[in-house]
Amino acid sequence: MASSIRVRATANGDITEVQALIQHPMDSGFVKDAQGNLIPPHFIQELTFEYDGKPVFVADWGPAVSKDPYVKFSFKGGKKDGELKVSWVDNKGATDTTTAKIQ
Amino acid sequence: MTSRLAIRAATTLALGVLAFTPAARAAETIDPVADNAAFQKFFTDKFPKLQLKDFVNGPYSMNEDLHKQWEEKEEFPPYEFSLEDGKQMFTTPFKNGKSYADCFPNQGIGIRQNYPYFDDKDGKVVTLELALNRCREANGEAPISYVKDEMAALTAYMAFTSRGKPMDIRIPNDPRALAAYQMGKEYFYTRRGQLNFSCATCHVQSPGQRIRAEVLAPALGILNAMPIYRSEWSGMGTTSRRFITCNSQTRGVPLAPESDEYRNLEYYLSYVSNGLPISGPGARP
Repeated sequence: MASSIRVRATANGDITEVQALIQHPMDSGFVKDAQGNLIPPHFIQELTFEYDGKPVFVADWGPAVSKDPYVKFSFKGGKKDGELKVSWVDNKGATDTTTAKIQ
Repeated sequence: MTSRLAIRAATTLALGVLAFTPAARAAETIDPVADNAAFQKFFTDKFPKLQLKDFVNGPYSMNEDLHKQWEEKEEFPPYEFSLEDGKQMFTTPFKNGKSYADCFPNQGIGIRQNYPYFDDKDGKVVTLELALNRCREANGEAPISYVKDEMAALTAYMAFTSRGKPMDIRIPNDPRALAAYQMGKEYFYTRRGQLNFSCATCHVQSPGQRIRAEVLAPALGILNAMPIYRSEWSGMGTTSRRFITCNSQTRGVPLAPESDEYRNLEYYLSYVSNGLPISGPGARP
């Protein structure tokens, strides 16, 4: 299966700008399906971006984040061609990881 | 037949005057070429700052703030996952070893701008979605839903390979094709639903204006961006899905996807956008 994460990181001087799109249903647990049954909660709980083995961005997410979430942030100290590691863990214990080169 | 068409044309004339004077002149006889010119002139006159190709970006060309948001969105478009699924589906062979590419001219690459077309064998308009399902059925596969998911992914991929090519809908010299075009046009200008809106009420009279929080898209080039990822749906949808939601939003009763009326409407609406580039798949609020 193709990765559920798309990342793009661009270094601009000292600042590295990171954009990511993650494919995930992000079900809150409060929504009912067409038959009226509750759709069980299924959402990302932790999202981590690591650069050089150190976390540069960690998000503790809950059920209020939208489906297929999009994240954008920037951090200091990233270098061109450096490797950025992205991973998430959801409430069912599922996880996905990908790496991207800083452009 | 001709007299019936004349009556239809007269009704359109009457409706056309209310919403859309330039085309009304051309409605006495069915003249798609004149319609196309009048339709495009109406929009370029209404929005003198925009170039023709800008209209394919719908509401994002109408509003500067939205345009900025959209440019950022396009760097990382929400339809990307669907596009990838579509490519994979398109290139995966059916159980009998054939694939979608075998059903289409030029292996299905870069042909979005020629759909819908008029099929002179069964005398009806054939849309890309219809052609895809016919292709599936001809190869012993079950047809897929016309409105979203797989169909949207497939058409997203096919539109993507056609990006930038000008819409090129042909109306053959066949009275049935002209009639289909004319019926599509009538559908477009006919008011319906509890709110008594026609398609033109929003998309010809009021593009750029807000309907609640949304900015209305111009009818010109509106199909060039199909299929779309619509944030309101939090997912992808085809032209059929958009027609259905338009109908229910005016509190009318939507038709079945790919019904004759919708096919004729798509035929008309695509024809008047001839010459504008394909920009699909698109992202809309």
